[in-house]
Amino acid sequence: MAQLLFRDALNQAMSEEMERDSRVYLLGEEVAQYDGAYKVSQGMLARFGEKRVIDTPIAELGFVAVAVGSALAGLRPIIEVMTYNFAILSLDAIINTAAKAHQMTAGQLSCPIVLRGATGAGGALAAQHSQSLESQYTHIPGLICVSPSTPADAKGLLKSAIRDPNPVIFFEHEALYSAKGEVPDGEHLVPIGKGDIKREGSDVTIIAWSRQMKQLIEHADAWSEELGLDIELVDPRTLRPLDMDLILASVKKTGRVVIVEEGFQFNHVGAEIAYRIQRDGFDLLDAPVERVTNIDVPMPYSPALEKLVLPNADRIKAAIRAVCYK
Amino acid sequence: MKQTSQLGSYAHKFPRGRAAELPKETLLKMYRDMVEQRRFEEATGRAYGLGKIMGFCHLYIGQEAISVGAAAALRPSDVMMSAYRIHAQAMARGVPAQAIMDELFGKATGCVQGLGGSMHIFDIAKGFWGGWGLVGQQVPTAAGVAFAQKYQSTGDVTMVFFGDGAVHQGAIHETFNLASVWGLPIVFVVENNQYGMGTALSRVSSLEPLHEMADAYKIRHYEFNGMDLLESYDAFADAVDYAREHSRPVYLEARCSRFRGHSMSDPGKYRTKEQLEEEKAHDPIPGFAAFLVDCGVTTHEALEALDETVKAEMKLILERAEAAPWPDAELISKYVLVSP
Repeated sequence: MAQLLFRDALNQAMSEEMERDSRVYLLGEEVAQYDGAYKVSQGMLARFGEKRVIDTPIAELGFVAVAVGSALAGLRPIIEVMTYNFAILSLDAIINTAAKAHQMTAGQLSCPIVLRGATGAGGALAAQHSQSLESQYTHIPGLICVSPSTPADAKGLLKSAIRDPNPVIFFEHEALYSAKGEVPDGEHLVPIGKGDIKREGSDVTIIAWSRQMKQLIEHADAWSEELGLDIELVDPRTLRPLDMDLILASVKKTGRVVIVEEGFQFNHVGAEIAYRIQRDGFDLLDAPVERVTNIDVPMPYSPALEKLVLPNADRIKAAIRAVCYK
Repeated sequence: MKQTSQLGSYAHKFPRGRAAELPKETLLKMYRDMVEQRRFEEATGRAYGLGKIMGFCHLYIGQEAISVGAAAALRPSDVMMSAYRIHAQAMARGVPAQAIMDELFGKATGCVQGLGGSMHIFDIAKGFWGGWGLVGQQVPTAAGVAFAQKYQSTGDVTMVFFGDGAVHQGAIHETFNLASVWGLPIVFVVENNQYGMGTALSRVSSLEPLHEMADAYKIRHYEFNGMDLLESYDAFADAVDYAREHSRPVYLEARCSRFRGHSMSDPGKYRTKEQLEEEKAHDPIPGFAAFLVDCGVTTHEALEALDETVKAEMKLILERAEAAPWPDAELISKYVLVSP
């Protein structure tokens, strides 16, 4: 197994799939000549040429919609949106075209795009550049939403996303691009819709993904010891469709659930997970489900304030104690 | 200050007379297509009034010279995409009238099985790609189809229609820029019927004629009389050939009138009766009929007989749509995602 940076795992996934399928191409702001705003597409222009690695103007509505149209006509675009804060401009193409085309044409068209880019709070970037807008997309039938936490999952899920016949929205936390991790050698695919137990435990289930899961993996041993509670970490990896079988199996074991999610609180993804746990696992629960999200405000700039708004160790540990009545 | 603008340099005078090369049979077929579209839309209006057709419904009456001229300039493998005033455009492309009417009725036998309705007519096999309900949305989407045509070297072109109400959408301007920069084989067509819903174009547009905006994007552009079938065909034939040969976009402005409201719910109070009558004096169908008779291609009697035949066909189409089956409940979730 090789140690890879998250960004290089994504690069490998795209490059391998472009080698495999000539219909796959990459477009976005700064992806070609500049090697990507986050260097995810480093070297890809040199390797695949101008036809398949394409710089766009800063015009998200236009170029995302053009890519969507090309997918309807049989290509498989990977659309890099730099960040999901900017992708707001392209929502018409995603929600009104990509997510509707298959159903509205009674199956005559399909839209195999991958929309990918940075999400979350990268560090003191203030209100307009620090959002986690995943629930905007998980709300929409016709879209698949993926959010990996490790380089291995990033590679395996991106390859599956590129091969998927449906529109896939792929969230890469801005603070994860430089994270390092082991990635299996050779062909590595992670199936969409399958979660993963990142740490086995018996007392409390924590459900999280993306950067929050990475931080939990780093702290879970220490916190388990400190709290005297054996923490199980469940990473759904795909946010829609959810792997409820895996989540409920963990709830059956522990009876206690904390959901940790970066982003605004009202209508967040975890709210849907909590609803499904109480509906399908009511008898398995020994305590109400707790959630830890951002404090529900636009992100302040000052690092002193940002760390209070994001889920942090104090609030997560308090939630663990609450569901365990400790 | 140094004057760098070259406004007007991409304006193009299209060569007249291409239509003169069309054989007699084609001219008669084009006439029949216009009549079928007119009678279809009249039947649609009646069925809507009876509550057989629901939802938003926009009739094409008055603009038939555009749909027919456009379709005649395309190859079968080319793509036509549009917004939501589309029944006639779909017919022009060869989508069976029965499948469209069944769709308007919400029946299982409709061209998209009752999932789309009036605004979402699709028949990909016929080269008619809808059918999009958000103003201007179809324009970048169509450019994506043209992108794929170029990427895959198919030699096909895409033609996309939008109304004068759509031209100030940012998406369209972003698309003009991309189509020009990337050299896409696409024909943009604004059907300027002078009203976006009920708002006169002059109240909301800083620019007329609309096709001149293409100059800013170095796109060839021109306008034509969209109420004249032969001029329409000339304009489209020139544009399609240019887009195909040079892999470049073209922007056409079809000056036209719609004789009915924006949609079935629009009483049209923004036009006087006299104004509407003046517009109807340019009706493309009697105009082309007179041309055919003058040229000795056909006779008044033959055209009247044709009209009766078409009316009878439309009556039958309505009866069949009425009798067609409703879709099954399982259709609700059948096409949300592509089945594995």
